[in-house]
Amino acid sequence: MTETNLAVKKLKEKFPNSILEVKTFRNEVTVSIPKKDILEICRFLHSDPDLQYHLLTDLCGLDHFSRTPRFEVVYHLCSIKRNQRLRLKTRVGESESIVSVESVWKVANWYEREAYDLLGISFENHSDLRRIMLWDGYEGHPLRKDFPVEGPDFDKPFVPEV
Amino acid sequence: MTINMGPQHPATHGVLRVVLELDGEIIVKATPHLGHLHRGMEKLAESKTYHQAIPLTDRLDYTNAMGNNLAYVLAVEKLLGIEVPKRAQYIRVMMAELQRIAAHLIWLGTHALDIGAMTLLLYNFREREDILRIFEEVAGGRLTPTYLRIGGLSKDLPEGVEEKIKAFVQAFPDHIKEYETLLTKNVIWMKRTKGVGIFSKEDALSFGVTGPTLRGSGVKYDVRKAFPYSSYEEFDFEIPIGKVGDVYDRYIVRLREMEWSNAIAEQALERLPKGPIIANDPRVTLPPKDDVLGDIASLIRQFKIVSEGFYPPKGEVFASVEASKGELGFYLVSDGSNRPYRFRIRTPSFANLSALSKMIEGSLIADVIAVIGSIDIVLGEVDR
Repeated sequence: MTETNLAVKKLKEKFPNSILEVKTFRNEVTVSIPKKDILEICRFLHSDPDLQYHLLTDLCGLDHFSRTPRFEVVYHLCSIKRNQRLRLKTRVGESESIVSVESVWKVANWYEREAYDLLGISFENHSDLRRIMLWDGYEGHPLRKDFPVEGPDFDKPFVPEV
Repeated sequence: MTINMGPQHPATHGVLRVVLELDGEIIVKATPHLGHLHRGMEKLAESKTYHQAIPLTDRLDYTNAMGNNLAYVLAVEKLLGIEVPKRAQYIRVMMAELQRIAAHLIWLGTHALDIGAMTLLLYNFREREDILRIFEEVAGGRLTPTYLRIGGLSKDLPEGVEEKIKAFVQAFPDHIKEYETLLTKNVIWMKRTKGVGIFSKEDALSFGVTGPTLRGSGVKYDVRKAFPYSSYEEFDFEIPIGKVGDVYDRYIVRLREMEWSNAIAEQALERLPKGPIIANDPRVTLPPKDDVLGDIASLIRQFKIVSEGFYPPKGEVFASVEASKGELGFYLVSDGSNRPYRFRIRTPSFANLSALSKMIEGSLIADVIAVIGSIDIVLGEVDR
């Protein structure tokens, strides 16, 4: 049934060994891929004349805490020409890193910085991997599931050095 | 020379800090620093039930609360697979479009003020006040109405408010003409905005820019047309686009957009269907108050929904709307419990702001203000 989706069909032809799983939930197609192929697949989806996923709507991380590999990076792509969305997912372990897709979509720079800041996922070949929301020197990654909502230091206020 | 602009600077529209490296008056490098308004909303929402997260969304882009509500409830409804009654859909559209006008009015007033045209702000806030009065009457709140509910609306339109909305939509096109008289052919305005902050189509797409900033660069992408939600396919409207992609084009695009928003609100009001304003889904929506007071089963249902919420199926959804700044999307991951496992907010201002450095590098320092104004950021949704 999912083969009716052109992007999935083309991906299966081009990368037969890299499509781990294709899921459809509420008419949204999710393709799981191994992390080593992320850059190549993104380049293909961006440049293929029939697909043209020119817009990276969103990139975010997911923490699965007790599972290994621990993290998932989720890419929401949008093709303006075909009015189609596609979700890519790839798994990243706690001590691993994943290749940046900044060379395909420049906005990935900030999204990846955010995932690095709030979840601690590191990206290879990123031009400027710094914290974006929190200040330099902050310890911990708040969006991780083992980080308490009220903060680890809510009873001892922290004053950054000026 | 290095200049630090912000975080407390009236023209950054909030708490944005930009470090500018200059060569004379030319900007060599601009580095934005965010996070001064970071409230950890995504983390916070993971510890709340689905209903409890609605008021949080009001506080994202605080000039566009109705639009934010709409994006969030659409995501939850998609997750649950609920169909919303037509009347609720139409009222949602009407409110979202009025809110878009109000948000654009703030943008126009402050943007013009930044560049030096002060009068306009007073006119804009006059009309915005009319819209906020309507919201106050409808929802009880002005800036943060929290009017929408999962499955519909919190309450129906009160008596007499339809006449007020009608009076507003009929008068508003003349007000736009007033604004245009002050700016559109104004020589100073054109000199400050034409050819400034030019942004090409390719760059705009690569930087993930959406909304009027993308359309100003000539890309015809509007979520209302591309992925219609809440019955937008039943309304007649066009998507205005720019040609050059400079500050002036974005100004024109937003002005035309206000006219179309006004037209959509008028259509919604004219064709407003009768019927219920919230879906009757025992899992999610509260029972009618009379039943709660007279029937034990309804009382239990109300108590269960208020105290523990509901349990959507396992899965993940992404739903987005065309908010006043661009595409606002919610990515919800449910693990089957009564709280979202992951609550990701894709805000338009965040992506739009990432393009700022590209837009201003190589231009004059005086143009920074014009460009920041023209991409229309709200730090509440950049930092979340």
